[in-house]
Amino acid sequence: MMLPRRNPQLNAHGELVHLLSIEGLPRAVIHQILDTAGTFLSVNDREVKKVPLLRGKSVFNLFFENSTRTRTTFEIAAKRLSADVINLDIARSSTAKGESLLDTIANLSAMHADMFVVRHGESGAPYLIAQHCAPHVHVVNAGDGRHAHPTQGLLDMYTIRHFKQDFTRLTVAIVGDIVHSRVARSDIHALTTLGVPEVRAVGPKTLVPGDLREMGVRVCHDMAEGIRGADVIIMLRLQNERMSGALLPSAGEFFKNYGLTPDKLALAKPDAIVMHPGPINRGVEIDSAVADGRQSVILPQVTFGIAVRMAVMSTIAGNTA
Amino acid sequence: MKILIRQGRVVDPATGRDEVTDIAIAAGRIVAIGAASADFHANRTLDAQGLVVAPGLVDLAVRLREPGHEHEGMLESEMAAAVAGGVTSLVCLPDTDPPLDEPGLVEMLKFRARNLNQAHVYPLGALTRGLAGEVLTEMAELTESGCVGFSQAEVPVKDTLVLHRALLYAATFGYTTWLRPQDPFLGNGVAAKGPLATRMGLTGVPVIAETIALNTIFELVRDTQARVHLCRLSSAAGIELVRRAKAEGLPVTCDVSVNHLHLTDVDIGYFNAAMRLVPPLRQQRDRDAIRAGLADGTIDALVSDHTPVDADMKTLPFAEAEPGATGLELLLALALQWGEEARRPLSETLASITTAPVGVLGEALGSLASSAGRLVAGGVADVCLFDPGERWAVEPGALRSQGKHTPFAGYQLPGRVKCTIVAGHIAHEAF
Amino acid sequence: MSTLHLDAEALYRDLAGGVRGLLQPGAALVGIWSGGAWLAERLQRDLGLAGEPGVITSALHRDDFDKRGMAADAGQTRLPFEVEGRHIVLIDDVLYTGRTTRAVINELFDFGRPASVTLAVLVDRGGRELPIQPAYSAARVTLPPERRLALARNAAGHFSFAIREEGAAP
Repeated sequence: MMLPRRNPQLNAHGELVHLLSIEGLPRAVIHQILDTAGTFLSVNDREVKKVPLLRGKSVFNLFFENSTRTRTTFEIAAKRLSADVINLDIARSSTAKGESLLDTIANLSAMHADMFVVRHGESGAPYLIAQHCAPHVHVVNAGDGRHAHPTQGLLDMYTIRHFKQDFTRLTVAIVGDIVHSRVARSDIHALTTLGVPEVRAVGPKTLVPGDLREMGVRVCHDMAEGIRGADVIIMLRLQNERMSGALLPSAGEFFKNYGLTPDKLALAKPDAIVMHPGPINRGVEIDSAVADGRQSVILPQVTFGIAVRMAVMSTIAGNTA
Repeated sequence: MKILIRQGRVVDPATGRDEVTDIAIAAGRIVAIGAASADFHANRTLDAQGLVVAPGLVDLAVRLREPGHEHEGMLESEMAAAVAGGVTSLVCLPDTDPPLDEPGLVEMLKFRARNLNQAHVYPLGALTRGLAGEVLTEMAELTESGCVGFSQAEVPVKDTLVLHRALLYAATFGYTTWLRPQDPFLGNGVAAKGPLATRMGLTGVPVIAETIALNTIFELVRDTQARVHLCRLSSAAGIELVRRAKAEGLPVTCDVSVNHLHLTDVDIGYFNAAMRLVPPLRQQRDRDAIRAGLADGTIDALVSDHTPVDADMKTLPFAEAEPGATGLELLLALALQWGEEARRPLSETLASITTAPVGVLGEALGSLASSAGRLVAGGVADVCLFDPGERWAVEPGALRSQGKHTPFAGYQLPGRVKCTIVAGHIAHEAF
Repeated sequence: MSTLHLDAEALYRDLAGGVRGLLQPGAALVGIWSGGAWLAERLQRDLGLAGEPGVITSALHRDDFDKRGMAADAGQTRLPFEVEGRHIVLIDDVLYTGRTTRAVINELFDFGRPASVTLAVLVDRGGRELPIQPAYSAARVTLPPERRLALARNAAGHFSFAIREEGAAP
């Protein structure tokens, strides 16, 4: 009895006009964004690090949830595309709830915004914004609740492609607080779409529920089993709130069982790469020796992040709703 | 006023009648069902050819939002919505502002509703003062004012001792307590726990939130022999527990909402806040169990769960949106849609929104029980005339309710109400 | 309707001669992706130049981004030499409105300040919309606006011209 609805990220021609989630993106679109990111990576090495693709356009960073790191990378990316960038830190107070969101969007649309980069604490918020903003405005999801962080997913894929080339022969392990992680969800969607044959979700039952299987991953509650033979290990940040919600007893016990130490890393393939979306909690999910070690690609991830965001913004800005 | 309803297909689930005949109404009552007598001179003759003439619908779960929204004319609009949907008797929930925990508030509500001359309103009183789950309300006084039962609406009583005593007290007088089975701690979520909620990053309410609450309630019922009506079951496991409780002979009844009869969690789509409901929409198996439960009588009644929500409270990210959907004007059509899909005889479909809800209310209706939800000569003339074949599109803007949010916006549904008669007076017509 | 025959190989030989005359000491060939890049590749060999020619794409500086968006298949700029102070000879297959050349020059300047930029093309089809002129063109033709002219290269590296109606399938 359901009414079919078109994926709100795509226009009537199947072109990407918003980036809200990696779910539902065809493999070809993902590869195209990664290829474009490669071009922009070389731009970052030039003397003139700017291209005029978004010149005259206004990109508004709407961060309902604070994040200086992510906001800064989006700002750099937009400026390298010659866009004007306006940062809006909207404190999420309960009194400002409903008004903040849609009234804000209406006000900003009146200020001739061309693109909103949105980070929000609730899953689904960017869909609401995309539904209610003016037709010519593009929305990039910079992270919504626990649901998605598509640019992180894409830069993680760029990183994997850079170091491993062929997705179809990899075993990828994602470790940590997956149930609360939008990065994990985006990574899982991207990895499965790109044809990675084995994606493992590793962590305790309170953080890695069985129904994750339906997203196409193998659930492992034993760290050794989860890491063994992996080509790529993505470590996730553990947040302090988990201890107060009776999901975990302590950071120490978590590190003992699921922290990535050199010993555990030795179970993976010798040329396995270690990734982390950042910021890292040393001694909680990852040992310093590993984070700073030769297998860690955490810093390249950051560099790739700017190029990938430039690719995303230029791709969607070039398509009309 | 004398009304003659001519040549409609009279379907009365209570008596099993299903025939094309006439109904004569005078002085608020049905005077005759059968070929019209020559000396009945009607003031109005309604041509019911091709229409179904059914008992007025009885909806056990409606939020009128009064007291609390008088200045928005809520009572007026929602009562108009009721008769537009063919509903002639409705039970309203006590989670108003202030809650219905004082006889004076109940009397005022009944008075205002009576003056509108539309559906009969049967309020549920609050089980505890302020719905706070601590101090009992004056149940006898509230019953005298017109309450047909006692409820906590969506607010669970966290203290089992208080709940036990409330049921014991209600049992003293034979009152029915209406409870929505949800564990207060496990029930904190916005979607049904499962692969979809996990994928979408929404906090899930597990089925055990419902089954743990049901088991607790059944133990309390065994201990107190209190009558309990369970509101808005959502899970296959929960329905099975009710089935066994009934087989055991416990004095329990239950209902489900039309939303859960038709929708599953997948219908949330791209975080559509119209799907933000309590209890949350569950999976396919649960919907199948709801349909089976209605068919085999485990579930007594189908309700609209009519809950008008302000636009500002729905245009919010899913988890922040206020739960609820408008339903009075969709109850009949959605019941008929299910009936069509399940290939049920019309009489059985209509039973779940006429005679069966009356069965739940039982003695609380007093003398009306003998004629509510049925078409009998001598009974109160509450009638709904509808065209079963007419399909119509659900257009939120065209609804009379101030609640414009429905999961069924844009759907084509069968069954258009043409006329609603309450106590022999034409409360709504759309011929 | 008259048919136009362009012998790409013969024109290439002319182009090689013309480019030889444009080369200053230390000059670099830069082929405009994609047809120009093929030409530059062969010219580099045939003119006995050391190293690799540059490849340049107009993708990041196009003036029709709003209408056409990011092209799926736009190539990447690769300049394996220092642009600063160098004489650059841009090579393209077909010169038409001049907008691609403008975009390519902007792209080039993102890498540094060349000593000079000269343009050599296989075919100049007129229809300029910007003040851009080639220093050498092997052929000058006039084509109606709806005809598209592009260089093709087969597996053996042999050049030919493809003339199409605008909007027709390739």
